Amino acid sequence: MDWMASLQGLVGGVLIGLSAVWLMATMGRIAGISGILSSLIWARPKGDSAWRLTFLLGLISGPLLVMALGGGLGNVAAGAPGAVIGEPAGGVALMLLAGLLVGVGTGLGSGCTSGHGVCGLARLSPRSLLATLTFLIAAIVTVYMVRHVIGGGA
Amino acid sequence: MKALAGYVAGLLFGLGLAISGMTDPARVLGFLDLAGAWDPTLMFVLGGAVVTTFIGYRLAWARGRPLFEASFQLPTRRDLDARLLGGAALFGIGWGLSGYCPGPAVASIAGLSLPLVAMLGAMVAGWYLARRMG
Repeated sequence: MDWMASLQGLVGGVLIGLSAVWLMATMGRIAGISGILSSLIWARPKGDSAWRLTFLLGLISGPLLVMALGGGLGNVAAGAPGAVIGEPAGGVALMLLAGLLVGVGTGLGSGCTSGHGVCGLARLSPRSLLATLTFLIAAIVTVYMVRHVIGGGA
Repeated sequence: MKALAGYVAGLLFGLGLAISGMTDPARVLGFLDLAGAWDPTLMFVLGGAVVTTFIGYRLAWARGRPLFEASFQLPTRRDLDARLLGGAALFGIGWGLSGYCPGPAVASIAGLSLPLVAMLGAMVAGWYLARRMG
């Protein structure tokens, strides 16, 4: 096992947790990416959009900062040294399908990995626990089908 | 001040995603692939985030109100309905196909690739459709 990769995962996870705590302590809000961004784009609530926009800018500038520092803090599995952002797992057609499913699914299900998986579990919300188990199982089955059934065990 | 608070939250989140390696779909798919060369990184990310948030939320709530708002705005729904389950299942399929959930997909914009742009465009369209399904 790659202990360094796991340690970076833990450190990054704590930073994500601190982000969620900070947003709750300052704005009283759940740090759910799908909710924050879909509201920013499709609802634009008056007087409540500026912090969503700056959140988006911060989210994008995080990886940019790590890249600007030389990329040594990145944790890409099989990339070049200093890589921070990995390659997409497929082409445009696959990503269009996946994006649509992720958008509709997180919209209908009221949250994604951050809103349900991090904030919801931390609140001990039964809805979030059920949602998290459901999307984890659906994703695991999907990867199994793609890699080991359709892909023939590649 | 609210805009600055939002930026700090986003920056911490983006740093966390980059440092943990969640901006690499291969790491995410490696975690989801239980039958392959399993990559435990995501488990550490989720564990670190949930434990930190669990403790920090209780400290924040103990103060009575948030710094820049009048009150905490927490989800109030308790019902376990088909919409929640169906939505989560669709999301899981899309996550398993791409290795991207919304945070890492958006945070990876700097990687500038056509497939990622397609993913983001379709995701935003999907959010619109979900709102229309009202």
